[in-house]
Amino acid sequence: MSIRTITFDAVIVGGGGAGMRASLQLAQSGFKTALISKVFPTRSHTVSAQGGITCAIASADPNDDWRWHMYDTVKGSDYIGDQDAIEYMCSVGPEAVFELDHMGLPFSRTEEGRIYQRPFGGQSKNFGEGGQAARTCAAADRTGHALLHALYQQNLKHNTQFYNEWLATDLVKNARGQVCGVIAMCIETGEVVFFKSKATVFATGGAGRIYASTTNALINTGDGVGMALRAGVPVQDIEMWQFHPTGIAGAGVLVTEGCRGEGGYLINKDGERFMERYAPNAKDLAGRDVVARSMMMEILDGRGCGPNGDHVYLKLDHLGEEVLHSRLPGICELSKTFAHADPVKEPVPVVPTCHYMMGGIPSNIHGQALRLSGGHEGDDQIIDGLFAVGEVACVSVHGANRLGGNSLLDLVVFGRAAGLFIEDGLRQGMEQAEPSRDDIEQAMSRYRRWDESKKGESVTSLRKALQQTMQNHFGVFRKGDLMAEGVSMLADLRGRIAEGHLDDKSKAFNTARVEALELDNLLEVAQATAIAAEGRKESRGAHSRYDFPDRDDENWLCHSIFDPATLKLGKRAVNFSPKTVDTFQPKVRTY
Amino acid sequence: MKVSIYRYNPETDREPYMQEYEVDTQGKDLMVLDVLALVKEQDPTLAYRRSCREGVCGSDGMNMNGKNGLACVTALSIVAPGVLEGKKALVIRPLPGLPVIRDLVVDMTMFYNQYEKVQPYLINDTPAPAIERLQSPEEREKLDGLYECILCACCSTSCPSFWWNPEKFLGPAALLQGYRFLADSRDTARDDRLSRLDDPFSLFRCRGIMNCVSVCPKGLNPTRAIGHIRDMLLERAI
Amino acid sequence: MVTSVTSFSRNGVSDWLVQRFSAILLGAYFIGLFGYLVCGAGVDYAAWHALMTSVPMKIINTLVILAIAAHAWVGLWTVTTDYLTRMTFGGAATGVRLAAQALLVLLLAGYVLWGLWMIWGA
Repeated sequence: MSIRTITFDAVIVGGGGAGMRASLQLAQSGFKTALISKVFPTRSHTVSAQGGITCAIASADPNDDWRWHMYDTVKGSDYIGDQDAIEYMCSVGPEAVFELDHMGLPFSRTEEGRIYQRPFGGQSKNFGEGGQAARTCAAADRTGHALLHALYQQNLKHNTQFYNEWLATDLVKNARGQVCGVIAMCIETGEVVFFKSKATVFATGGAGRIYASTTNALINTGDGVGMALRAGVPVQDIEMWQFHPTGIAGAGVLVTEGCRGEGGYLINKDGERFMERYAPNAKDLAGRDVVARSMMMEILDGRGCGPNGDHVYLKLDHLGEEVLHSRLPGICELSKTFAHADPVKEPVPVVPTCHYMMGGIPSNIHGQALRLSGGHEGDDQIIDGLFAVGEVACVSVHGANRLGGNSLLDLVVFGRAAGLFIEDGLRQGMEQAEPSRDDIEQAMSRYRRWDESKKGESVTSLRKALQQTMQNHFGVFRKGDLMAEGVSMLADLRGRIAEGHLDDKSKAFNTARVEALELDNLLEVAQATAIAAEGRKESRGAHSRYDFPDRDDENWLCHSIFDPATLKLGKRAVNFSPKTVDTFQPKVRTY
Repeated sequence: MKVSIYRYNPETDREPYMQEYEVDTQGKDLMVLDVLALVKEQDPTLAYRRSCREGVCGSDGMNMNGKNGLACVTALSIVAPGVLEGKKALVIRPLPGLPVIRDLVVDMTMFYNQYEKVQPYLINDTPAPAIERLQSPEEREKLDGLYECILCACCSTSCPSFWWNPEKFLGPAALLQGYRFLADSRDTARDDRLSRLDDPFSLFRCRGIMNCVSVCPKGLNPTRAIGHIRDMLLERAI
Repeated sequence: MVTSVTSFSRNGVSDWLVQRFSAILLGAYFIGLFGYLVCGAGVDYAAWHALMTSVPMKIINTLVILAIAAHAWVGLWTVTTDYLTRMTFGGAATGVRLAAQALLVLLLAGYVLWGLWMIWGA
């Protein structure tokens, strides 16, 4: 079977914030660009971001400085964020945020007419010395929605070519390891097409669905990570999964950190504001990893709320109806729908819930994907033709723990940066890497496998087994023996998924086929996470082990690199060389 | 509990039909989307769209027991009281008035085309300042109730005027977005925007029956927005 | 934006205004007549004839007849473009709609001429 080929200068996979920021840049440049999205772009998970976009635009505080933001981000990352990348993000940030306003994003406003900024966790003034900062630019509690729609609208204005409801299935790379494009399936018709391009940009988002309980959308199945790993591209710091302190208990739906920014706080069953014990200064606005761990300690120590003592409460009623309805209208709506609790009157039951993948495809500040010369060791090498931006990428600006509001900034800054870099590269004559017929055939093999499956376990049961394994073995607190068990369970699952069965072979809008293809991606992410988590023998940021409770800067002040070819975990140096400021040296991290 | 779902697969079915399922929710008052997931476990061939499962992405607009809404934020007890006690069935159909691709999945091209016609993006031909364009809280407040639209199409597909003239009448969703930009103090294309709306169809097919208001899962009021645009058009004409 | 419109005005604003103003005029006219009949002195032939043949009333009646025609045209034109479409008549829709609208125009024109003849003719 030979398949249709469509040729572009650049193909962007993913229609969330990062993908659409990159496509906007390229659409404006006039190069032939396609954006492939498995859902209509405004249905991407960026739409769920609530609290805001953190950036030193000096509205709430006229003296605010991007270097303070940089300091917070480096500290938040538990010192394995790359300082050159963080420097770039924090310094370019204001320009990128002002552009969003010019695009029409309806930010909330201050009396002066400037963008409203609210306090978020881990924010400080004057390098941690000046108290809590308010640096998160917000459009009520619907910032992601407002941002995603503004970007989609601008892409319409500039005539971006969208392939909506097309699922990218695999990368096409040639014998020299260059990326030549991507195979994608039109969900509506089932047609499979080779998108050939000089630059393939992954903006496929996260993979929270590897866990049974997550704040992530059902579409967050790690398609980019899966495609990368199958193509031999390594992933970095993939053991670092952020558990958001406030997911609605039972439902998994996110309640923004902005609730605590606006003055809400957490209480245990005795009504005690327990964060005062764990983080005496920042209290409820400590780093997310710190707050999530503290909540779990309360629950494990028997001070959890509810009949099973399995959650704590987020208290908001003292803020008053007016503040809640003007600043947090979406939260009031979600809480009433999913927790049957009106925040104006009663506290919201919350529990730490899988939220964000700090790791991903290693990339530089231009979005270029990287590998190590020896697989899991050696020097950085640029992978020709492949770029990664947004959550799927690990630039790394989040290190071991992302600060609230930094993900939206990451999207627009690096989506934009990749667009600019590719535009420049195309002008200078970036070349198309040519694949052989076999290379394309290779990339089609997985699609074929499912299409030809005759019997085996169902996709749903396999997915549930995978999600439960991750939930039980790689949660907020981790333990060596439990993780080793999880690793072997996943190895077993790999065998079972390879034998999995797709019953419905129809072409038209076959969501069963989509879910089968997504399952392969979930497995890739899960296995990489498991091996990396088991391998990092320390506690840092979101990665917290009972058997190695302390940070180990001597051995692990580095990125982990998981090589899919050998399933081995290697190390990569963290960048400590920002260009315009002094290095922030690792310190004990307290809030 | 009993669930009755509209089924149609263009490859095998000559015409659509309703299929009955028996689902065990263990007595829980689930959201309709959760029920669909349980059905899909029994029958993976069932097709429907879903993404955020919390009412902000707008993927799973459908018609549940006669009323359009988002499956993920519609509880059984709200949409079909008595369904858990077996007194009636949950009946799920695709959004009305748009072509069905498969099962509960409709072709939204016409809906998106109308959205694009209102030029749903900020137009400002003055040079951008080095910071944001200033906007007072009062000016910003005018966008509340407008920008929150999630393009789920529940409103437009419950509007008879949109059913009869989906190519000519823009429909409540597009008009709400049209007004969102007319109301934005940062936009400078007011006159051009109004000129595109003053024909007899685009806006004036709204007869004010407010079906759109009664189904909007975000509690928005497109009829009011349409009224505001009409006032602007009249003001301009007189 | 919209093509193949058989509206005379080709403008939704004027259609809307025509419909509202004609409605106000018709409402006022019939309320006035009703008031005249209820509290008016005599409703014998002579009085009625005198009223209807007075020049101000002739002008008012002319306006009312034109208002009825305009109001009916806008309203029924809307009905034809809602219901006589491809959805109901397939490929023949345009023909059916044009025929219906032509009939409507003839009828309304006939009524108007007849009305004018009655008011001014004799």
